[in-house]
Amino acid sequence: MILAATTNESLARMSDLLIYSSMAVYTLAFFAHIAEWVFGSRSKVGRTAAALTQQAPAAAPAVTVQVKKAGGTTVLDKPKVVTRSAAGTRDVPDGPGAAGGTVQGDLYGRIAVSLTVLAFLVEASGVVARALSVQRAPWGNMYEFSTTFSTVAVGAYLGFLLAKKNVRWIGLPLVTTVLLDLGMAVTWLKTPSDQLVPALDSYWLWIHVSTAIFCGAVFYIGAVATLLYLFRDSYENKLATGGNPGSFARSVLERLPAAASLDKFAYRVNAAVFPLWTFTIIAGAIWAGDAWGRYWGWDAKEVWSFITWVGYAAYLHARATAGWKGRKAAYIALIAFGCFLFNYYGVNIFVSSKHSYAGV
Amino acid sequence: MSKTDTSETGRAAEEAAGAQLSTAPQEETVVGGPTLGVVGWIRWFWRQLTSMRVALILLFLLSLGAVPGSLIPQTSADELKVQAFKDAHKTLTPLYEKLQFFDVYSSVWFSAIYILLFVSLIGCIVPRSWQFVGQLRSRPPGAPRRLDRLPAYTTWRTEAEPEQVHEAALTLLKGRRFRAHTAGNAVAAEKGYLREAGNLAFHVALIVMLVAFAWGQLFKSEGGKLIVEGDGFSNTLTQYDDFKSGSQFGTDELEPFSFKLESFNGTYEKNGPQRGTPRTFEAAVSYSQGGADKKAVIRVNEPLKVGDSKVYLIAHGYAPVVTVKDGRGKTVFHGAVPLLPIDNNITSTGAIKVMDGYRDKNGKKEQLGFQAFFVPTFAGAGKGTMFSQFPALDFPVMALTGFHGDLRVNSGLPQNVYQLDKSKMTQFTDASGNKLAQRMLPGETMTLPDGAGSITFEKDVKEWASFQISQQPGNGLALAGAIAAIAGLTGSLFIQRRRVWVRAVRGEDGVTVVEMAGLGRSESAKLPEELGDLAVALTVQAPPAAEAVPETAEEPAEDPAPSGEADK
Ligand code: HEM
Repeated sequence: MILAATTNESLARMSDLLIYSSMAVYTLAFFAHIAEWVFGSRSKVGRTAAALTQQAPAAAPAVTVQVKKAGGTTVLDKPKVVTRSAAGTRDVPDGPGAAGGTVQGDLYGRIAVSLTVLAFLVEASGVVARALSVQRAPWGNMYEFSTTFSTVAVGAYLGFLLAKKNVRWIGLPLVTTVLLDLGMAVTWLKTPSDQLVPALDSYWLWIHVSTAIFCGAVFYIGAVATLLYLFRDSYENKLATGGNPGSFARSVLERLPAAASLDKFAYRVNAAVFPLWTFTIIAGAIWAGDAWGRYWGWDAKEVWSFITWVGYAAYLHARATAGWKGRKAAYIALIAFGCFLFNYYGVNIFVSSKHSYAGV
Repeated sequence: MSKTDTSETGRAAEEAAGAQLSTAPQEETVVGGPTLGVVGWIRWFWRQLTSMRVALILLFLLSLGAVPGSLIPQTSADELKVQAFKDAHKTLTPLYEKLQFFDVYSSVWFSAIYILLFVSLIGCIVPRSWQFVGQLRSRPPGAPRRLDRLPAYTTWRTEAEPEQVHEAALTLLKGRRFRAHTAGNAVAAEKGYLREAGNLAFHVALIVMLVAFAWGQLFKSEGGKLIVEGDGFSNTLTQYDDFKSGSQFGTDELEPFSFKLESFNGTYEKNGPQRGTPRTFEAAVSYSQGGADKKAVIRVNEPLKVGDSKVYLIAHGYAPVVTVKDGRGKTVFHGAVPLLPIDNNITSTGAIKVMDGYRDKNGKKEQLGFQAFFVPTFAGAGKGTMFSQFPALDFPVMALTGFHGDLRVNSGLPQNVYQLDKSKMTQFTDASGNKLAQRMLPGETMTLPDGAGSITFEKDVKEWASFQISQQPGNGLALAGAIAAIAGLTGSLFIQRRRVWVRAVRGEDGVTVVEMAGLGRSESAKLPEELGDLAVALTVQAPPAAEAVPETAEEPAEDPAPSGEADK
């Protein structure tokens, strides 16, 4: 028998403090990102229009194997490979990023990223302190899901940055959402740290809930990329058909990566977590089999996980179906993410389900 | 595919190069039905059904169809809630019933969607598998005429002979586990067939899972049993409180075993805002399968597995022990009476029924019934509430009211054991005509008026636990399907299927020009990287000609959307 480990009050209080502190630092990061975008708007870049209105794309060098002479022997560089985008996509270069290539904008961008790293560390410690205070996985209620969720989303973003992926453009929307998420967590979803009810007390909690949170965080990044893809794609369409986009579009959308890059990024992210999401649902079913005596009972939570899964499967299919690639597939991806969100907020709060957790 | 591309031959070659990188069905551009009579129509319909577009639409419908079941109460999940909903929505109910909205997941329309989807899936999988086998037996297609139009491309000049270069490329590519061969004036190679294999495995695994679920539904059995501490259960149909089974289930398939609930232990949070929240539920049981008794503990997440059956702990409550005596002091009832919890603090209600053996003071046969209201933790006298304050047995109190007459247990109607049918019963009243009711502590006795006897709340409150005993074949198969699905999916999404061509031709100046190009099923940053690696490896055998070639933008101006056909 597990005697309820008494909550370590001071650790719990420290966790709260850390979460609040991380919110303060995220707020600073938010303003730094704003500054980045504002200063970046002074740049006058119009690569997209240039690329789209030119008859031929700037021809890439065709012969690119370089030979260097070094101490008499020839040392060969890796041959430069010329790449071309796939049929049917526009050959448009990526935008310069929020900083727009300006030195000042870039400085603020770097400050924003540094602050985000700091906030991430503080928030992660908050989550860890919470876990230590109750001596269990910190995923027993919505407050804990929400704080972990934003930590993982930011962690994934920083991971992409570390892997030298071109993702800094996601900084502002991400930090904004994290602030919203944490704001909701500390106001409406706040639950004092405590033990789990017996049904949640299982090692499946570690497996099922951690992967679910991870999938959500990464799907979120995919959804942001998809949404920006849609905006950027209309912008490029407008330019390509000789339209005249508004000044906001010219300033903001121009600095984003090309629609094709955003689309590809969104696809990779969504496709990469889809198997994990499949696993999450199966792990949940196995757990339900042990806890409730049935693997699948069409409980509201199960239904919406299934809907989300089918939604993402439809998205992957759409990308392989003529006439559904591009914008239509993107809409499906957004709907699928909407289902994920509804499964989290909607089902937990408004629908009575077996998955009603202690305190919300 | 770009419409402005005019070089037909070039395009055809490129299409051939990208052909069959996947076995996805090609969309048919013909719109409208055929003119070929019944067979033609059937063929047309079949082709539609197994097309990617219809699969997509069916997937969409499947998720859409699942929505109402999550928002409207479902009979399969909670019949009481369905009844409450029906009572509250008199106008909607007939419509919902017609649409089978209370049984969405077994409704005709929902079944139709997933059956069509799976027919489509099978119709899609079979030809794709054959096609894939064909691809495995054939060789990668030859190089397109213009390699520089492919998504990844590199070239250099070398002194090596073209044949030498081809030879070296062949060895290199085979060494990296490409399937490679020389076709015409180029080496053609392909890798990543596991992607397609994974994709097919995934879709087949979906079918396996569906079959497993269907199998499980047909042959499953599931029953509930409430057991008081000290009592036992043996797995035969008559012993169940309630029992459901699939249409193909035979009762002789029930796993022969029995078990006894030795004790039940529940602990609850004692302090803080979550006071009363359950912390542990444990049922200690001993069970036997014909042989010697074995001991086990069943917890919420840990069912007991006996053969094909699993015993789950579902609920628990209290069963106060009472003794009822008649006017002569003869014990007519003695036992633990399980009461049903009505709130989280286990305030419980129930009925005590004395059916046989009781005679009133005149010696007339009669039946007794008591309504019981029980709290494990009483608020204290004068606190004005008879609701429990805490789920544990800290201050048990039971309130009883007594009736005599006919319990109507033999009226033929199924009776709820937790409720009294008072239609033929009279309530006991005390001397002053008030209804007899008493709040009792353990050990206390309520005397019935006029020498009608007494009822004692013994100093013993047992706990009961209810169990679900289920047998569901096909679980192993479903799990195997699930694992195969994840493995296949991972292969399908993470493995790139790609082709590489190496062409070496002697130029007019006598120097060999090497061209390399790569094409993947979808664009990937890895493809150019890999091509670069291959090129570096190849330059060992075909070193670049000494003089650096000037970088000339010699690519002719053309359509800005190159027709790489990479996404086909
Ligand atoms: C039970 C419903 C189905 C589900 C859940 C499902 C799921 C998936 C998923 C998740 C993928 C992505 C894997 C990848 O992109 O490689 C996929 C790919 C694919 N599916 Fe399905 N599928 C279903 C039914 C079908 C049907 C009926 C067809 C036949 C028309 C089909 C044909 C394909 C094809 C050809 C691909 C590969 C597309 C590509 O090469 O990118 N699927 N499916």
